[in-house]
Amino acid sequence: MQVTMMVNDVEVTREIEGRLLLVHFLRDVLSLTGTHWGCDTSNCGTCVVWLDGEPVKSCTVLAAMAGGHEVRTVEGLAKGSELDPIQEGFRQCHGLQCGFCTPGMMMTCRALLDKNPDPTDAEIREAISGQICRCTGYSTIVRSVRWASVHEAAAVNQ
Amino acid sequence: MTTVEEPKTTTFDDNDQTPVGFGRMLRKEDPRLLRGRGRFTDDVQLPGMLHLAILRSPFAHARVVSVDTSAAEAAPGVKAVVTGETLKGLGLAWMPTLSNDVQAVLATDKVRFQGQEVAFVVAEDRYAARDALELIDVEYEVLDPVIDVRRSLEPGAPLIRDDLEGKTDNHCFDWETGDEAETEAVFARADVVVKEDIVYPRVHPAPMETCGAVADFDAVEGKLKLWSTTQAPHAHRTLYAIVAGLPEHKIQVIAPDIGGGFGNKVPIYPGYVCAIVGSIVTGKPVKWMEDRSENLISTGFARDYIMRGEIAATRDGKILAIRTNVLADHGAFNGTAAPVKYPAGFFGVFTGSYDIEAAYCKMTAVYTNKAPGGVAYACSFRITEAVYLVERIVDCLAAELDMDPAELRLKNFIQPDQFPYTTKTGWVYDSGNYEPTMRQAMDIAGYAELRAEQAEKRARGELMGIGISFFTEAVGAGPRKNMDILGLGMADGCELRVHPTGKAVVRLSVKTQGQGHETTFAQIVAEEIGIPPADIEVVHGDTDQTPFGLGTYGSRSTPVSGAAAALVARKVRDKAQIIASAMLEVTVADLEWAKGAFQVKGDPGKSVTIQQIAMRAHGAGDLPEGIEGGLEAQICYNPSNLTYPHGAYICVVDIDPGTAQVKVRRFIAVDDCGTRINPMIIEGQVHGGLTDGVGMALMEMIAFDEDGNCLGASLMDYLIPTALEVPDWETGYTVTPSPHHPIGAKGVGESATVGSPPAIVNAVVDALKPFGVRHADMPLTPSRVWDAMRGRATPPI
Repeated sequence: MQVTMMVNDVEVTREIEGRLLLVHFLRDVLSLTGTHWGCDTSNCGTCVVWLDGEPVKSCTVLAAMAGGHEVRTVEGLAKGSELDPIQEGFRQCHGLQCGFCTPGMMMTCRALLDKNPDPTDAEIREAISGQICRCTGYSTIVRSVRWASVHEAAAVNQ
Repeated sequence: MTTVEEPKTTTFDDNDQTPVGFGRMLRKEDPRLLRGRGRFTDDVQLPGMLHLAILRSPFAHARVVSVDTSAAEAAPGVKAVVTGETLKGLGLAWMPTLSNDVQAVLATDKVRFQGQEVAFVVAEDRYAARDALELIDVEYEVLDPVIDVRRSLEPGAPLIRDDLEGKTDNHCFDWETGDEAETEAVFARADVVVKEDIVYPRVHPAPMETCGAVADFDAVEGKLKLWSTTQAPHAHRTLYAIVAGLPEHKIQVIAPDIGGGFGNKVPIYPGYVCAIVGSIVTGKPVKWMEDRSENLISTGFARDYIMRGEIAATRDGKILAIRTNVLADHGAFNGTAAPVKYPAGFFGVFTGSYDIEAAYCKMTAVYTNKAPGGVAYACSFRITEAVYLVERIVDCLAAELDMDPAELRLKNFIQPDQFPYTTKTGWVYDSGNYEPTMRQAMDIAGYAELRAEQAEKRARGELMGIGISFFTEAVGAGPRKNMDILGLGMADGCELRVHPTGKAVVRLSVKTQGQGHETTFAQIVAEEIGIPPADIEVVHGDTDQTPFGLGTYGSRSTPVSGAAAALVARKVRDKAQIIASAMLEVTVADLEWAKGAFQVKGDPGKSVTIQQIAMRAHGAGDLPEGIEGGLEAQICYNPSNLTYPHGAYICVVDIDPGTAQVKVRRFIAVDDCGTRINPMIIEGQVHGGLTDGVGMALMEMIAFDEDGNCLGASLMDYLIPTALEVPDWETGYTVTPSPHHPIGAKGVGESATVGSPPAIVNAVVDALKPFGVRHADMPLTPSRVWDAMRGRATPPI
């Protein structure tokens, strides 16, 4: 079947099998390998992307279901050479180690900040509770989101 | 919350551009990972690449009667179907494990654990490969499995390893350490003896990236290129040469970015060999990536020690001796990756951080119908089990003596003037200063206040617990005189090349899986040679590009390879000094090093920078007598001893009396890993390990039913902590450098995984004191805690 969708602001049309998962469409068909796959059961969240601005686990979405919708992946976070504040926050606060869960974490956290620019630590933990990081122990991820929050607020005030 | 080194939210110092190496520095590897530009094994896409999927046994123990692949071979998109019989014809049906056992690549005679590899399909895409697995018809004759490790040696128990000649039972190996008679004598005269059965259940490292490989065999060149999820690319290359008979110089193993390892990516798995065979058979590049269930049921598990701990002491709390008897479940094949002469890894450090008179351990290891593995999950070669045993049994003693567990530990520590300290099991602790570390943890925790709060709460019927653990690790394997893996000495090479413009490249034999080697190794070299870390490229994970060495596991990168990096930089610096003396027309002895430049003693105005020296080393004009052009060196570092980091951990838990749910309220970790290269990265290593500890203590277990079905085969069943199960970590540090390591560093990658589980369990047991509980086995799930509160024994595993 043919599917057409917007991925990181670019329209793409491809011939696919109906059963193809969105995560495999992004990775294997479009070679956008920043989105990862980590489990079979929607538990790990390494595959989180946005579907029309909402974080979804792309291992649980058929590529066909994304037809006619807008998808954004980690490759679409930075604005050219400038990192998104959430990316800079993860860098400044050591919010990543192996980097495998990081794209999914950042997509969730960016979406959180868009809805709630000044989240509490508890709200940040709640937001990422559907995702697993095996390296960081989460404290530095919480700090990373706080960093982005503080710096975005400062940028607005300027 | 008190967190030492919590970064300020407004300013971030970054010494990337300065010639001073040590200190907080943002990571060089982050920009690509943050942009989704990392390159993990599953990201590798090659022209014409095919996909491989593995058919696995549904049974724990069964004879393979027949395998019919005809329907699968006829399926759309299928390029090859390979069975154990096919491999047998190639002499590849079995492969050596890292501990001198053998393991089936694909089963020929029997399957010996659920999830064992039986056949594989190579097809045009991953979906087609999976579809074809359904079409392979395997006839099994189901046999009784050995699941209960305690019954594995009973007469009449089903024989698992009938492939081994002369094997008549499920015995794997025996091991002992210490002095049995002397220990018995000390126990006989002790005032107090405490005994406890302690189980460290089977757990799994479960890195977020599963294991996989892309094999590309070029038949014309005879060259195999293998991208794989390996923590030890050089050791793997040598083993492929031995297993497959390929010439070693025609094998290139590339470990690209790795999505977490924790020991899971040390062994060679059948899947890697299958990918190689698949590429040879089809003449195309072949990718194999296991799914999560395959990862959990078939790759290297960890722990699975059933321990009886005994401790002898005087009435006033002087520990005299520790004794233990261990039954070790090694699964169907002995797949541990410990040094050959250490079949129980470094479990011998079970005497902990205490100055005692005698110790003895007897261990029996057995085969069962479970997945192979053993040493994995950030365990420092079984030190997790050793530290859990000693720290749990010391707490049992404190309960028996009605003594504060902190006080009991402080009373028995090895004292600073006793180092180097030889333990009763023969380990030489290089350095340590335990009391300040313990005191700092107690200060951060507010220990006295916590005890007061606990007393108040207990009076109200609330369940609050405070748990302590104090650990000493032995890391940095190891001296080649007594440590090797399959005959390969555990030394590590390092090469440093300074380019004419003063930029440098350093090549390592070890391989990061998230520990930040591209940053810390640049810092080590920078500290020694004065070139800013930003100007130093770290190359690793490619056997064609890097010197030989045993890889990254057992916290060995900084102790071994880090030492190599420091020494190779000093070697280059020594040469630079000779060239500088010619440039400044003084003798070598007249020069002194000033972080990035050599200057004339007493005349700092006369100096040349390392960059100027590098240009001279490559430039026109004569060099001093006997000095070749270029500015580079290589080294192979053989450590003279292990390094012994230590730490003090305090955990505070609250238990809901209505649900028996344990909540870790606070966790304080004070680590001493010697010289600190990058405090930010050290803190990250500690945080991650503490989270592992919460997982093991409260959630994680790979259990089996009586038929050998794995009950932890997905992340819905094998529970890993999320951000909601862990507190905001509180850390501190002390610094006791290693006297034999060139920069005094000791390694920290596994400290927290080793040290945290006993602190958490001790806290839970402490909270349950009103119920008369002295011990409860991990994982302390609500149902287990509920049982403990009602005096019911934890069901055996």
